[in-house]
Amino acid sequence: MLLSPEEVGILLLSVKVAAWSVAISLAPAIAVGWALARYSFPGKAAIDAILHLPLVLPPVVVGYVLLILFAPKGPLGAPLRDWFGIDFAFSWRGAVLAAAVMGFPLMTQAIRLSAQTVDRKLEQAARTLGAPPWQVFLTITLPLMAPGVLAGTVLSFARSLGEFGATITFVSSIPGETRTLPLAIYAYTQVPGGDGPALRLTLISVAVALAALAGAELLNRALARRVGAPA
Amino acid sequence: MIEVDIALNLDGFDLAAAFDVPDGSVTALFGRSGSGKSTIIDCVAGLRRPDRGRVVVAGETLFDGTINVPPERRHLGYVFQDARLFPHLSVETNLRYGERRARTDRRIATFDDVVTLLGIGHLLARRPGTLSGGERQRVAIGRALLAQPRALLMDEPLAALDRERKAEVLPYIERLRDRFGLPILYVSHAVEEVVRLARTVVRIEHGRITGIGPVEEMLSGGAIGDEHGPATVLRAIVKRHDARFGLTALEVGAGRELVTPAVERPIGGEVRVRILARDVSLALERPTGISIQNRLEASVAEITRPSPFIVDVRLDIGAPLWSRVSAKAAEELALAPGKRVVALIKTVALERE
Repeated sequence: MLLSPEEVGILLLSVKVAAWSVAISLAPAIAVGWALARYSFPGKAAIDAILHLPLVLPPVVVGYVLLILFAPKGPLGAPLRDWFGIDFAFSWRGAVLAAAVMGFPLMTQAIRLSAQTVDRKLEQAARTLGAPPWQVFLTITLPLMAPGVLAGTVLSFARSLGEFGATITFVSSIPGETRTLPLAIYAYTQVPGGDGPALRLTLISVAVALAALAGAELLNRALARRVGAPA
Repeated sequence: MIEVDIALNLDGFDLAAAFDVPDGSVTALFGRSGSGKSTIIDCVAGLRRPDRGRVVVAGETLFDGTINVPPERRHLGYVFQDARLFPHLSVETNLRYGERRARTDRRIATFDDVVTLLGIGHLLARRPGTLSGGERQRVAIGRALLAQPRALLMDEPLAALDRERKAEVLPYIERLRDRFGLPILYVSHAVEEVVRLARTVVRIEHGRITGIGPVEEMLSGGAIGDEHGPATVLRAIVKRHDARFGLTALEVGAGRELVTPAVERPIGGEVRVRILARDVSLALERPTGISIQNRLEASVAEITRPSPFIVDVRLDIGAPLWSRVSAKAAEELALAPGKRVVALIKTVALERE
């Protein structure tokens, strides 16, 4: 099945948005997931609840909140634009932000679960061998969390590819800029004669999702081999 | 030398311990599980903070209430009961983990030395998950040594192993003890291990030290024993090996000889033997036509009755030796302090575990 230039553009935009959203989420998700697994501190339950909000709120609500906060004159949008020149309105960057916010709880949760399974006795052993805490984290904790980080990345990537409600509310559906696969499929279903193109895009979505899952499975097997556990 | 004098409250029970670990020998922290042994060793390693007291190693204060050096800067090798090898790293990378971070001004062991000493050269490319328990513990010992430590802490390193694996690892611990001159603090509740490895025993019960002294004194006597009953621990020097019969003659003080199954130590080497009191029989005269190889002239020093039908006899053979006999036998032999007897010990009863 050969893709039209328009379909290639939609696919590349979707992958770009999803990849960026995973990329900007990864470090904060590792930090937050690890901190939630390891420490108890005042306000932990509240932070936990806020982090999970995007999972339970209607995506449109999340998109609308982003719109209020990150609009060019919004409380976060204005300083970001004035100081860093970053503009979200009607831009693919806004789509990245929406996808990242929606995928963040999934990624954090997977990382948190894996951080809980890391044997802290191994970290103690590393300390006695001369490694300060930051080295212990980088050489022992993080590698042992890798399967969870991978799972969180895949979940969040897939969630980003499928992001619809928050994106369309926040940055609208602009061809070539914010119209990712789900938005394009929706757009085709709204016009006469759009069934064929919508079906083709649907099949592309399925193919991308399957490819991502297969890639994740291969990576996971490689990781399992590394720690000597059965795949 | 390791100098420990610490106190802490542990879930409502008070733990206090003060003892030294001299260089070049093993000091055993000996007591039942739950007595606080592992907590003490964790305090020395810096993994747990005592409430007060001090920990000094090689003259450097590691803890004194204000100073609290973090574990990574204490330079102590710690061998855990459960090995704690890093599962995502190869055996070689595990071994190098501490070596890469070791101070360069203090080298006690090279990589090749340690690998040879512990016989782990063929394992270097393997993952810890594929090793046997004994191999894992040998790698853990090597990893601790390669961090170039000033002292070695070993927390029941053999407790998780079966008999055969224990016998496999024990000689390696003996070798590193004799080779590197480090002070070694060895936590254990296994009498056999302590007798074989340690020179000094620190006995601990319910968070309190109840005795410190040479192994021979601390683990001999009618009141002390394990599931095999009371026993005697004797310090001995290897005199002769008899290759034909697989025997070794040991001198156990004042020219008395004890024949045991072959001991793999050079002539002149120091070993300790543990003789269960119930394996020591008594006769009034030197018997003939008997299989028992060890017939030691002795005099009765002290008699105690732990129960109405059992008599524990402390003999003097130049060193103390305990014998447990039935009340009936004690009466027939008219045992009394000062009486001359012959102590009979079967050679095969002296098999080292």
